[in-house]
Amino acid sequence: MAITESVSSDSFSKRAQAAGIRRREWTRFFTALLYLLPSLILFTTFVFVPLVRTIGLSTYLTNPLGIAVKFVGLAQYEKLFDTPVFVNSIQRSLLFVAYTVPTSVLVSLGLALLGNMRLKGISFFRGVFSVTIAVSAATASLIFKYLYHPALGSLNYVLTVLGFNAVPWLTSEKTALIAVSLGTVWLQIGLNTVILLAAMQGINDELYESAMIDGANYWHKFKSITIPMLSPTFFFLIVVDMLAAFQAFTQIHVLTSGGPLDSTNVLVFSIYREFYFNGAYGFAAAQAVMLFLIMLLLTVFQFGVLEKRVFYD
Amino acid sequence: MDYKLKRILTNTLLYIVLIVMALLVLFPIWTAINISMLDDTQVSQYPPQLVPTQFSLANYARALEQAPLLRYLFNSVAQSTLVMIGQLVTACLAAYAFAFIDFKWRNLLFLVFLATLMIPWEATIIPNYLLIKKLKWDNTYQGLAVPFMATGFGTFLLRQFFLKIPKELKDAAVIDGCSTFRFLWTIVLPLARPALGTLAVYSFLQTYNQYLWPLLITNDQTMRTVQIGIALLQDEERFAFNTVMAGVVFVLLPTFILFIFSNRQLIRGLTAGAVKG
Repeated sequence: MAITESVSSDSFSKRAQAAGIRRREWTRFFTALLYLLPSLILFTTFVFVPLVRTIGLSTYLTNPLGIAVKFVGLAQYEKLFDTPVFVNSIQRSLLFVAYTVPTSVLVSLGLALLGNMRLKGISFFRGVFSVTIAVSAATASLIFKYLYHPALGSLNYVLTVLGFNAVPWLTSEKTALIAVSLGTVWLQIGLNTVILLAAMQGINDELYESAMIDGANYWHKFKSITIPMLSPTFFFLIVVDMLAAFQAFTQIHVLTSGGPLDSTNVLVFSIYREFYFNGAYGFAAAQAVMLFLIMLLLTVFQFGVLEKRVFYD
Repeated sequence: MDYKLKRILTNTLLYIVLIVMALLVLFPIWTAINISMLDDTQVSQYPPQLVPTQFSLANYARALEQAPLLRYLFNSVAQSTLVMIGQLVTACLAAYAFAFIDFKWRNLLFLVFLATLMIPWEATIIPNYLLIKKLKWDNTYQGLAVPFMATGFGTFLLRQFFLKIPKELKDAAVIDGCSTFRFLWTIVLPLARPALGTLAVYSFLQTYNQYLWPLLITNDQTMRTVQIGIALLQDEERFAFNTVMAGVVFVLLPTFILFIFSNRQLIRGLTAGAVKG
């Protein structure tokens, strides 16, 4: 009797304890939620709901006020790849990525290698090489607009002095995207150089020292230590620069407004033009969904597939 | 001796390459400063003048007089400050919960925060634009700032820093009767000052340089931000390049000061995602 009583009271206290733990668990959950709430409300209002609404909008035809009038399902997407405006904007964005990303990563690698030399006054040069992180896309574009000016700009003048032909930069559909890319590369090298320099300084000195003892020269060390150790950083930079290139807008708006002949009408500029000027909200939303999918693919690619293959110490 | 000579030669060569590269990188900025000093006849001459012949702030005075640049600057600083404060508050609170409170679905909620990093602002811009219009928040500071007041990146950054603070510190504080919030306020925040500085500088710069969003939701002269205002200068025929470049230098000045005086925080913020710790 006494034994059964003690057992039952024991299981009772266990149950009470479990209930207490559960209660405390919920208290902790609600406390945490309180701390997360400001962010969660903002994210819901300005990120998650708008994303869902963008997808929703893309399945409707809209009136010029952005109000959905007719459900068309996936028809918008079926049309998308037959629509010259969309095909052109995707092509232009891909070209823009191809022009800017490899160039800016390579130039920055050169600058970072120079900035990583052990020389007097090198920190001054590091500062200079990273200076474009303080420059906004709008101001950079205005400066390049002057540099490219057909009559007054100093770039063509310098080219002719050096014996090259003058280039029609922003006025020809053949060169406009290249001109925009050049300005973008300049804008991007600051950030890339800063990141590469930080990564280079993170490489263990002992690696270089033991290579030195083995009689390796600069080229050997560069090829078999610096480059492999930097591979995660390269990978990160390529993805980040690609994301930035797909999101490019300011340069286009200031320098070319998408022209001449739509040759610089990249994806985000096209979205802006379609919804803001043409009132084609449904079509622009479909383009925005494509942008989202491209970005998602790139980030998933970054986190999942490639990140495992690059070299980590 | 031979070795020494070789080293002097390589170093000289390296310095020459460094100087040439530095000049190339600085060329556009030099151009802006140079053009902003030229008078109206000099700026329309061919060949263009590559070095200024005089030091003159006349174009700056003209730019400030003829375009409301100071008002634009005030708007940009107001927007950036609001976003900075908003991000510091929301990210601190969220990062604190993720780092110090052990709660149900913590990993899931953290993933929700990280997911915001994968959604480009441009992909959600149409509904956001319609929402701001509907709230009649266009041409207002809240319209410029509120959508950016939460940050997945900042929360991640601060959480990483908070995780380095020993948990025993919290246990000890709790035993001493310290509330969760007081622990955040009196112990965590003072310790996290470097990370907070990084986030502050980073978010300020990002917002100050924004373009597409203020372009969409401001059309009133008095609410334009500085980046839009300066870009509009070039559309007006009455402004020659020297006045526009004076405006450009004026707009660049605050970020250059930020770059020089908080270089460490800025670079730490920019490299936070790249270098694994």
